[in-house]
Amino acid sequence: MFINDVLFYSFSAILVLAALRVITARNPVHAALYLVLSFFSAASIWLLLEAEFLAIALVLVYVGAVMVLFLFVVMMIDLDLDRLRQGFWSNLKVALPVGLLIIFEMTAVLLRSFKMPQKAAPEMHEGLSNTEALGRVLYTDYFIAFQIAAVLLLLAMVAAIALTLRRRKDVKGQDPAMQVRVTAAERLRFAQFKPGASLPAVSDSGPSPSLPGPSGTQVGSGGPDREASSGGGAASGGKS
Amino acid sequence: MITLAHYLILGAILFSISVVGIFLNRKNLIVLLMAIELMLLAVNINFIAFSYFLGDLAGQVFVFFILTVAAAESAIGLAILVVLFRSLKTVEVERLDQLKG
Repeated sequence: MFINDVLFYSFSAILVLAALRVITARNPVHAALYLVLSFFSAASIWLLLEAEFLAIALVLVYVGAVMVLFLFVVMMIDLDLDRLRQGFWSNLKVALPVGLLIIFEMTAVLLRSFKMPQKAAPEMHEGLSNTEALGRVLYTDYFIAFQIAAVLLLLAMVAAIALTLRRRKDVKGQDPAMQVRVTAAERLRFAQFKPGASLPAVSDSGPSPSLPGPSGTQVGSGGPDREASSGGGAASGGKS
Repeated sequence: MITLAHYLILGAILFSISVVGIFLNRKNLIVLLMAIELMLLAVNINFIAFSYFLGDLAGQVFVFFILTVAAAESAIGLAILVVLFRSLKTVEVERLDQLKG
């Protein structure tokens, strides 16, 4: 029993100190790492309370997944710490009385006027390990709630992906749905030609392509831009 | 001899630390989310202590569901934070006043 007391007090001290550092750390990365430490201490306390499955789940799920996500986000975004820390300690004038009042009220209630068992219940589950006993309860009495929790996790996953998904403007890609839905009218355009009709003139100064002879005389009277215009005439004649 | 009151007072201390943290870090949305995680941890310690001292497994089942919901909450909260930072370039809570009339 004595060793249990020592363990409880040491883990509690570490937990409280780590929690204090979480809320006062200047760098959010340090805050996240202290939060990892407080989760570990809490898991140890849960082990003292013989909740082995939840202690392991806390370490695996929280330290392994959620805190890594926190660290990832903290390191990904670029924080302006000086702005964020402005007026930090000025809030303490309100925060400290409120916090102390909460501790005082809860302690007063717990120590004075609250009937509570002084020692552990004799045997919680007959001969079963904690994990097996929890599983038996979870898959029978709480089965609907268990399934709803699974749907909730799926919902959280879909929501997180849908929130952070964005389409970059500078990257070219294919959209298969649009490709399937396209019709021939959108892609193909038939130019209308009358048989035997001449093409419209390329430029206004250029001659009509079907009549090279008269245009040459026209250009000759044109003067300085004779060279260019005759070139244009030759090109349009070639097109027709 | 550690009694139930010891665990409950530990939970109360942890809870009030996170309340103080919410007051102190009014601007920093990330540390606010961390303080909420600490608060849920305090509640979970209470649940497990009651489960042990009353000999009832329902408390541990509740902690299981609280862990599930807290994981979903922090995932969505961090996603909102990332989207927010992308558009505002900051995580200050006081800058979130686009809906103010």
